[in-house]
Amino acid sequence: MSKQFHPNNYKDTAKTYQPRPNVFLNCLKAFFVGGLICVIGQGLIQLYSTVFDFTEKEAGNPTLTTLILISAILTGFGVYDKLGQFAGAGSAVPVTGFANTITSAALEHKSEGLVLGVASNMFKLAGPVIVFGVVSAYIVGVIRYLIQQLM
Amino acid sequence: MDYVWAFVIGGGICVIGQLLFDLTKLTPGHIMSMFVVTGAVLDGFDLYDQFIQFAGAGAIVPITSFGHSLLHGAMTQAEEHGFLGIAIGIFQMTSAGIASAILFGFIVAVIFKPRG
Repeated sequence: MSKQFHPNNYKDTAKTYQPRPNVFLNCLKAFFVGGLICVIGQGLIQLYSTVFDFTEKEAGNPTLTTLILISAILTGFGVYDKLGQFAGAGSAVPVTGFANTITSAALEHKSEGLVLGVASNMFKLAGPVIVFGVVSAYIVGVIRYLIQQLM
Repeated sequence: MDYVWAFVIGGGICVIGQLLFDLTKLTPGHIMSMFVVTGAVLDGFDLYDQFIQFAGAGAIVPITSFGHSLLHGAMTQAEEHGFLGIAIGIFQMTSAGIASAILFGFIVAVIFKPRG
């Protein structure tokens, strides 16, 4: 028996068999997929601000809504989760990833019923984002308001 | 040119997320929360609006813009109603996103069958 498989040496032995994440390749995938989603978003902003009567600033909301709709449907077909396995953060960081976590959590618990399954589990993964978003925005908002009043 | 910057900046934010995924032990939930807080803090210094002007969808589509929109709605109402306005306005700009995510998520969950 080689020294490599010595029982006391288990941690070191296991380490050699653990897959190392290929950080560079993962980043490249995340860059392209994330960038592509943003390009689709830019196209939608252009669409809403030229074809419909939105100003460039107002076009953000319908754009996000459209991306969320696309993401929810793709999640339903199981496509978005495959994309997530490929792209990692590239599909998780854009707002489509937020819609994906809501939809997939709702789908996953469908068998427990609409109220206790779908509705109560919907924000299982997306909840922290909203909680920390609101808390931090509130704190920053209060600080900014105080500074504005004092100035 | 808008599209190039949207691609590069949007992709760049995703790379930061990917590096945090791979090199730290933080879960996706932690990282997403960090991104939202970052967006809110950047907007607190009035930096995020300039960022959006520069990068367009590259700054609007990533989840960091959620934090920015929360604060923006809050500050708009704060100008009218003072302290109470912060709570009144906090969901003003994000309501479209949250409402549609809930609505479409629910509809999809009702229609589709769970896979895998």
